[in-house]
Amino acid sequence: MKLIFEKSVPGRGMDYLPQCDVEAVALPAGLVRDVAPRLPELSETDISRHYTELNKNVHGVNCGFYPLGSCTMKYNPRIDEEMAALPGFTGVHPLAPAHTTAGCREVLDTARTLLCEITGMDDMTFQPAAGAHGEFTGVLLIKQYHEARGDSKRNKIIVPDSAHGTNPATAAMCGYTIVNIPSAPNGCVDLEALKKVLGEDTAGLMLTNPNTVGIFDENILEITRLVHEAGGLCYYDGANLNAVMGVVRPGDMGFDCIHLNLHKTFATPHGGGGPGSGAVGCKARLAAYLPGSAMMDGAGHIQVRSFAGNFLVVVKAMTYILSLGREGIPEAAQNAVLNANYLQAKIKGTFEPAFDRICMHEFVLDLSRFKKETGVSALDVAKTLIDYGMHPPTMYFPLIVHEALMLEPTETESRDTLDWAAEVFRKLYDLAHEDPAYMHDSPHNAQIGRPDEVRAARNPVLRWKG
Amino acid sequence: MNYPVDLKYSKSHEWVRYEDGVAVIGISDYAQDALGDVVFVNLPAVGDEVTAGESFGDVESVKAVSDLISPVSGVVLEVNEELEDSPENLNGDPYGAWIIKVEQVTDEEELLDAAAYEAHCAEEG
Repeated sequence: MKLIFEKSVPGRGMDYLPQCDVEAVALPAGLVRDVAPRLPELSETDISRHYTELNKNVHGVNCGFYPLGSCTMKYNPRIDEEMAALPGFTGVHPLAPAHTTAGCREVLDTARTLLCEITGMDDMTFQPAAGAHGEFTGVLLIKQYHEARGDSKRNKIIVPDSAHGTNPATAAMCGYTIVNIPSAPNGCVDLEALKKVLGEDTAGLMLTNPNTVGIFDENILEITRLVHEAGGLCYYDGANLNAVMGVVRPGDMGFDCIHLNLHKTFATPHGGGGPGSGAVGCKARLAAYLPGSAMMDGAGHIQVRSFAGNFLVVVKAMTYILSLGREGIPEAAQNAVLNANYLQAKIKGTFEPAFDRICMHEFVLDLSRFKKETGVSALDVAKTLIDYGMHPPTMYFPLIVHEALMLEPTETESRDTLDWAAEVFRKLYDLAHEDPAYMHDSPHNAQIGRPDEVRAARNPVLRWKG
Repeated sequence: MNYPVDLKYSKSHEWVRYEDGVAVIGISDYAQDALGDVVFVNLPAVGDEVTAGESFGDVESVKAVSDLISPVSGVVLEVNEELEDSPENLNGDPYGAWIIKVEQVTDEEELLDAAAYEAHCAEEG
């Protein structure tokens, strides 16, 4: 399809601005552009059709099953969108006088109270724009804590090799040296390997629990105890909170600081580029370093982003928690885990789980042996799934599993959908043994077959040059 | 899969060949196959010190970014700048497309001969 710029016709357009009924004021010369911005000119009909056509080419949770592991692509209830669309929230200005924004402050306070209760933290900021920004903010809290105590020799952050790539990246951005520790054969932290690297240069440990292969680390209390004993702090990556929310609390596991992907776990459609919210929570001993919000108290605290962060995402999170309630939140987590185990059990016998045990909210298939037998790779399977109207699972992640496919069905899928998905996987397993060539060329019915990823990565064209 | 017998190999899939005391280092055929199409190589600078068992750069493929682990300790004498424009050489000719040359070699990781390395790869699957 054509780009919106290619559809532009000079002079076409719709003018919704009313007649100017105040005196026109010219901008100072220094603020005026030399050349008018090059914007596409289209009629409202053209624009509407353009975006509807784009919409047809996209697979979202509203179109079908989307088991993209590690991404929690669950259905987000409409009520959360409705609350976030209330004019009292959408029309508010962050610099409006405090007495006119009491409702917004109440939302922030309520969301903070609820999320601190769910995570076992004492305080929280909503400023960070999304997950990686939250991690960055959280690790800076740890850094500030050590510096404030004059403990300047702590320059290392420990990260297990199964971690999300953002963890070591965050630690490096904060000026730390990263110490990578290998996973034990069961995919969890190797306690002996951890003990070996702990010392007086340990600033902290970053951990996701349940981890990236969908396994809850049973040694978690011992892990956090060992880190604390060495004088370090424990950072909880909230990426996988969907598996345990309302059931077990990171604060009770011994974590000092966490970030949450509110957009992921607490009901904002995500994957389209935002906005997100990477709320950061911490225990009382770190609370003094938490970025404050100008909207909250105007006291000129540290800011990592303007005002209160992406406020409307917090409105959705609050609505989600209040509508599910004290029983609904843990039930959602339990169903996410149940669905993952159900699907893993149904697929088992064809594709092999990388870790043959009860999983949490997601599981990893290891297609190494399958690829040796058939020549069909995880990529080929993923591409063929597109023809069946299913979004492919996450591929080639985590790195510790070769030919990995990682599935996270989430709690919002019915048993019928899971049965259907398992049936599709079984079909593809047989197809690979019968007609591998067909799978090398898949998808056959999608609008776009196999984009040239190599050329795109080597010579990216990132802007339109018409 | 090709395992030339005149090279030594690390368990992390780099190869080493000595030329007049200089260690020439690259990645194995097995490594390039496992990585898939390489799209970017992050090289060290000439004069950088490298340490046996530690990262000296990374390769990015369509699948992932992976560390390059130095099989020896020493000082970088030369880097293969061609790889900056043609990272695909690592896929096409893994044993011809060396990555760095290291001089003043003081230490060496435990390295495998071709047969032992082939067995190691078979074990990894």
